[in-house]
Amino acid sequence: MRYLPLTDADRGEMLAVIGAASIEDLFVDVPAGARLSGLVDLPLHAGELAVERALGALAGRNRAAGAGPFFCGAGAYRHHVPASVDHIIQRSEYLTSYTPYQPEIAQGTLQTLFEFQTQVTELTGLEVANASMYDGSTACAEAVLMAHRVTKRGKAVLSGGLHPHYAATTHTLAHSAGVHTHRLAAAIDAEAAVIEAIDGDTACVVVQNPNVFGTVTDLAAIAAAAHAAGALMIVVTTEAVAFGLLKSPGEMGADIAVAEGQSIGNGLNFGGPYVGLFAARESLLRQIPGRLCGQTVDAEGRRGFVLTLSTREQHIRRDKATSNICTNSGLCALAFTVHMSLLGGAGLARLAGLNHARARALRDAVGAVRGIELLTPRMFNEFAVRLPRPAAAVVEALAARGVIAGVPFSRLDPGGGMDDVLLVCATEMITDEDIACLVQALETELRA
Amino acid sequence: MTAMSIGRPTRPSSLDVAPDKARPGAGLLQYEPLIFELGGWDKTGVDFPHESVAQDASDLRGLTREPPRLPGLSEPETLRHYVRLSQKNHAIDLALYPLGSCTMKHNPRMGEKLARLPGFADLHPLAPISTVQGAIELMDQLAHWLKTLTGMPAVALSPKAGAHGELCGLLAIRAAHEARGDARKTVLAPTSAHGTNPATAAQAGYRVREIAQTADGRVDLADLAAKLGHDVAAVMVTNPNTCGLFERDVLEIARLTHAAGAYFYCDGANFNAIVGRVRPGDLGVDAMHINLHKTFSTPHGGGGPGAGPVVLSQALAPFAPVPWITHGAGGFDLIEEPRGEAAAALGRLCAFHGQMGMYVRALAYMLSHGADGLRQVAEDAVLNANYVKARLSGVMSVPFPEGPCMHEALFDDGWLEGSGVTTLDFAKAMIDAGFHPMTMYFPLVVHGAMLIEPTETESRRELDRFCDALLELAASVRAGDAERFTGAPFHAPLRRLDETLAARRPHLRWTPHSPDP
Repeated sequence: MRYLPLTDADRGEMLAVIGAASIEDLFVDVPAGARLSGLVDLPLHAGELAVERALGALAGRNRAAGAGPFFCGAGAYRHHVPASVDHIIQRSEYLTSYTPYQPEIAQGTLQTLFEFQTQVTELTGLEVANASMYDGSTACAEAVLMAHRVTKRGKAVLSGGLHPHYAATTHTLAHSAGVHTHRLAAAIDAEAAVIEAIDGDTACVVVQNPNVFGTVTDLAAIAAAAHAAGALMIVVTTEAVAFGLLKSPGEMGADIAVAEGQSIGNGLNFGGPYVGLFAARESLLRQIPGRLCGQTVDAEGRRGFVLTLSTREQHIRRDKATSNICTNSGLCALAFTVHMSLLGGAGLARLAGLNHARARALRDAVGAVRGIELLTPRMFNEFAVRLPRPAAAVVEALAARGVIAGVPFSRLDPGGGMDDVLLVCATEMITDEDIACLVQALETELRA
Repeated sequence: MTAMSIGRPTRPSSLDVAPDKARPGAGLLQYEPLIFELGGWDKTGVDFPHESVAQDASDLRGLTREPPRLPGLSEPETLRHYVRLSQKNHAIDLALYPLGSCTMKHNPRMGEKLARLPGFADLHPLAPISTVQGAIELMDQLAHWLKTLTGMPAVALSPKAGAHGELCGLLAIRAAHEARGDARKTVLAPTSAHGTNPATAAQAGYRVREIAQTADGRVDLADLAAKLGHDVAAVMVTNPNTCGLFERDVLEIARLTHAAGAYFYCDGANFNAIVGRVRPGDLGVDAMHINLHKTFSTPHGGGGPGAGPVVLSQALAPFAPVPWITHGAGGFDLIEEPRGEAAAALGRLCAFHGQMGMYVRALAYMLSHGADGLRQVAEDAVLNANYVKARLSGVMSVPFPEGPCMHEALFDDGWLEGSGVTTLDFAKAMIDAGFHPMTMYFPLVVHGAMLIEPTETESRRELDRFCDALLELAASVRAGDAERFTGAPFHAPLRRLDETLAARRPHLRWTPHSPDP
């Protein structure tokens, strides 16, 4: 067994040191009836070649996004990640280290987390950021719980533009904590509708920018209305590249900003692992969930970094903690930080502009197809269109032609009455040829 | 898992620090500033196409910002920065990493290679189901292995880490009680539990009551029986527990729990001690999360990502969160909404389908080890821990000396009494001796706890090197050389860090006005 260093001779000698006659002696505390005498009914060990063949075969039964024209977004985005990012995160010192509990020998992880937090505050336009959450959706749910703790109020208003998976995740967590979620009906361009739902028990409004239909909105009026009523505004961003072009959540008055950071540094990975970004106004610092990395000094006065304010956390506060989160998404946060350090603000702005340009080209081309109606009034890099028939069937039909046209909204919100809506995304990965293929496939399919 | 950090600066300090530039670093270990101190404010290390499409944001008038104020560096500068920083980290690839309850074992690199196959890595979670059949089949295979190894009928794959899995399990329990009109308000957990257990119970809307512990480090059955009542929804027990001991009375714990109408939640953080030898399903467990990053060795990555699938009993299976995997004539499918077959599901715990990248690595690990190798994993993990315990117990004090331990060996600070050396000091001196410290001050039920988990991927030679180092340090303690400990570490990239200062004056991001350097 290639991963197990002990030999039978080692085992025998070690048992002798322990004073045990056999390995069975070390399992005596397990009730006799629960000790398996034989092997569980699973295959025996296999060599690296055999395992590669088995999993390679499974991988081969999937169509990778890069296999042809591909237009899916809706919370997960296909961007180019420089090779050096993956090289860094595969270094043993980052890949095979633990949460930095011993800061003297974890400055690599800690300093990169401090850089990550700094980058997240600048992108979101807020003052404090944590060291990452599992993903954007759980970060959103945690933000709602945080608003509940801050305001002591019991209701969260979720906009109809919020990604349905985010709304569902938030509902699950909020419900268990006794917070009522009031989710508005799905709407292409109606983030401001949350204003009418604010009442005296509203802890927060949750709005998304760009929203799940791709619509970009100035949220300042919503922030003003929320604040006037004593509620917080939580802004969700599922496409982190948008931070390079759009007004930041903080600039529009967000109290808490959460985002899916996958777009920067991380691949699609069929939905995970991803990395949740979480930032807030400084006054809310003590209610932030998750790890925080802070600057300090060592015994000789040199700068160093440590995990800090842990009195908010489960390992100290137990049932009074701000969250139960322990492991977060460290390596994905590192990938984010390395990619962001390559891009810089100037590069991210350039990348965002490029995405917007590709999406405009796509929108103009798709909008010209007979029978297709453009629905998103102002977009960043994705938009919704109405098809003359159910989008799911069109997507499957186009997949058979080798074109992945986008995400049917019914996949996210079945029975929501928007079965004819298709979400289409263009990143810098999309070429003019890809767009031409999609247009031709749509024309052929819709004519049929 | 957790280690309580207790700041003990060896010199009171302020944030007005001496710039490290004065000390370029010892040997080849380079001083490295923050990325924000390296220039590059208008630079980028990414080349963009000579774009023919005009970059025009006229659609978004009034909705745009100036470029973020963040530096960008060329590839050589960026690589050098992050490689230099990496050298300030300890890692399992460098030496034994004995963090009890955290399971730092070798991470097979094959998993990294396989998770990067385009058929897994370049796969969109909402791509048409017909184009992702292999991915769902992989999830189904992983589910089969987890169910078979635990002897449980169902598994929810989507939880993203152990604590998220705990939440999944408790929400399933809550849903099961509510479905029969029996809403309950209390969760019982031992004092020795991981901090995530009470934190999760609170997050799931429960009040937490602690169960006392016996003198031999196990759940006090009398106390459990006394506290079990009609209001108790679940009993959360880690098994093997956080003292590294198997709960001998686990069947009775399950029986009492079920007799009270409650469910038995097992914290599976320590499943690596029994995998292939004991099935939690045979112990009366109703729900248990499995940290794929512990038992099945997906890399910890400096604090995640993890993955925390939860196996469920028949009674709890209908309440598992979406997505559900189904298999019919047309191949694999996903039920992504709590409706139809999944109408009782507790809802959704995260966007999409969970930690696919971790599933690939974990399944690669399982297939590699097989039924025989996984059983050997548990045996060698337990053997190694008992070997360390045997070699050190003559010198370091053992709070529960009777009988074998499982995968980790627990010591307390009784043997340090009167020496002027604390558990923290001893841990920091281990760094000078070339090892990462063990988990310290956890579990809370033992004074000055030192919890050592060597794992099965350490050779006898490395175990001996480790034990020799600790025995040599212990001899120093006995010789009265307290200086070696109270000032430690002396040879790490930094000396002891002032955690109190960090908490008192939170400084959580770099700004142009940062106080240094």
